[in-house]
Amino acid sequence: MVWAKMKFPFEKRVKLAQGLWLLSWLAIVGGALNFCFGCFLKTEIRRRTEVMDNSNIHIVPNTLIVSGLAAIGINYFAGQICQDALDVGRFPRWKTFLKPYCCCAIIFTSLTLIGVILSFTMRSSLEGSLQVGLRNALRFYKDTDTPGRCFQKQTIDHLQMEFRCCGNNDYRDWFEVQWISNRYLDFSSKEVKDRIKSNVDGRYLLDGVPFSCCNPSSARPCIQYKLTNNSAHYNYEHQTEELNIFVRGCREALLSYYTALMNSIGAGVLLLFLVVLASLRYLQTSMEAVIGQENTEIETEGYLLEKNVSETIVEYLNPVMKLLLLNQVQDGLVKKSVRMSINYRQLPQVKDHFKISSCCVFLICDNEKQTA
Amino acid sequence: MAVLRVKFTKGQRDKLAQMLWLLNWVSVMTGIILFSLGLFVKVEFSKKEELMADRDFQPVLNLLIAVGLIACIINLLGGKICYDCVDTNKFLRWKLLILPYIICSFFFTGCMLVGALMCYSMQEELQESLAEGLRDVMRYYKDTDSPGRCFLKHTMDLLQIQFQCCGNRDHRDWFHIQWISNRYLDMSKREVVDRLHSNVEGKYLLDSVPFSCCNTNSPRPCIQYQITNNSAHFNYDYLTEDLNLWKRGCHQALVEYYTKLMHSTGSTGLLIWLFELSILTGVRYLQTAMENVLRQGDPESESDGWLLENSLVETARNNFNILKNLGKINQIDTILPAGQLTMVNGRIQQSCITVL
Repeated sequence: MVWAKMKFPFEKRVKLAQGLWLLSWLAIVGGALNFCFGCFLKTEIRRRTEVMDNSNIHIVPNTLIVSGLAAIGINYFAGQICQDALDVGRFPRWKTFLKPYCCCAIIFTSLTLIGVILSFTMRSSLEGSLQVGLRNALRFYKDTDTPGRCFQKQTIDHLQMEFRCCGNNDYRDWFEVQWISNRYLDFSSKEVKDRIKSNVDGRYLLDGVPFSCCNPSSARPCIQYKLTNNSAHYNYEHQTEELNIFVRGCREALLSYYTALMNSIGAGVLLLFLVVLASLRYLQTSMEAVIGQENTEIETEGYLLEKNVSETIVEYLNPVMKLLLLNQVQDGLVKKSVRMSINYRQLPQVKDHFKISSCCVFLICDNEKQTA
Repeated sequence: MAVLRVKFTKGQRDKLAQMLWLLNWVSVMTGIILFSLGLFVKVEFSKKEELMADRDFQPVLNLLIAVGLIACIINLLGGKICYDCVDTNKFLRWKLLILPYIICSFFFTGCMLVGALMCYSMQEELQESLAEGLRDVMRYYKDTDSPGRCFLKHTMDLLQIQFQCCGNRDHRDWFHIQWISNRYLDMSKREVVDRLHSNVEGKYLLDSVPFSCCNTNSPRPCIQYQITNNSAHFNYDYLTEDLNLWKRGCHQALVEYYTKLMHSTGSTGLLIWLFELSILTGVRYLQTAMENVLRQGDPESESDGWLLENSLVETARNNFNILKNLGKINQIDTILPAGQLTMVNGRIQQSCITVL
């Protein structure tokens, strides 16, 4: 009734142990890569923290860092176990550690899986955060004399030049924001007064963009002011001019950059960890049959799960369910089930369940009693 | 009368051999470092080759790369030799090869020294080359429709943005050239025609700079047109405005960058040269000590090691005599009888032992 059974003659066990040892070292490298990548992603997000509204996105690099570190530790022990696995004298040393170790390994592999899933699902959260963050940054572009915002101009200029983008959604966002400070506007000029009166908020709006939107690949010198006015410039057509300024919006540029970063590492590392985990489980189960035998070169069976999948899930979920239910049951009933469970501990078939965990014994006995 | 004679016990000889083996491996690492440094510098030069007129810096760079590579090979061999020197039997295998190896290594370290020193001598040429190159690139800035020059605008803009510089010496260089192509000038306008007539060559000159000269640290939006005209902009004084454009000229920026690069490469080369020389000295001592042990016959005994058996002058004289006599052998062959030939040979043989 075991799940995923495989026969292991002696040579195959030896090969499994050796292969697993190599894989575990590869997985250590994978874990280290995961950790380094998480650190890199965290610094990249921190660099652009001024254009992000919230820091929810930090959960992705944090998950990667934790799972990377855990993977290094877990796979180091996996390597040690493999080294000892073929020597029947040394293997029993690990016997008591193996079950909790496997549980730990499963937990941290699922953490890596969660990290990979998060990196896909956080995209919309990141997009919202960037939308708000960039909108504010554009609004404060002109406030180079306000403490706390005086570097906003520099940040936006560097961002637009580095990512080859302009504005939030596109360059027209600059038309709706006053990006020239009042300190540099001549209020005695008629043109300035007209523009300020032309809108409700009294802002100096114009169809121009900052110089950092200029595209160096353009064939002609950059046109930043009077962009929509075809007659202001010779041989210029606003609708067909593509190379003059960057057409992409900075939100889209940043989003695709971070998405590419987050997607690039997950799957390969996860696959490696799953393979290591499965091989370790096979090695453990096949070695257990050898312990205590005189002839260590016999053929044994290895399996992934002792019962089939649904039964194992039930087995592990029951303790959790019982723990939750027990709190609500009255005192009398609790004492009664404890007493009956203690009696049932004498049954031989229960002895096998000792291997799993002590709390499971207590509650599985209860289950057995109900079915009997 | 030997130069720098040192006594070596068996234990000291063994320790020397082991230490030299380790140092040779370290030297392989430094050879790799020098090789990759040379490669990096070559790539940096090729990235900006459009800005450097005509001068050829490739020989120095190729020398550095070759030196790094050969250093690895020589030190691998040296490591093997030193590893075998502990055992006198194995030493016999290498006996004939060691002296040529030492002489070759000595000349090779000379090449390394030459390469490192050449890195320091490039500055003058670099300055001239960059001045000419930048002048040409700025002149062809507007020719984005001419094949072969269409990328010069892009190159110049990226250079000014990346190195935070403007123009050749400073931003005023842009005032003397036409950087706006005629394709984008409305010849029917009076202002344009006036400007074209205002100078002999009919160039459209103005007191403006391209957008890539704009300083990102400026608190106000960039002023690129009518820079010298204070009344064209509100609250603006051309003479006191510091942060509007990049102050540094691209010539100075590039020269500083490449000089720093070459100087650090040269210093690394010199350090590695000193290291190689010390290893070579160690190998020479080991070789002479092992040979003296063989001559004495007892592998466990003490022996002397030296750099040269006789003083420098005598060694030079002996070698010079050998070379002279080598030239004379062919003549003696035909004239003298056989007995004297052997004697001549014997004399030559004798002198060889004295030197080596």
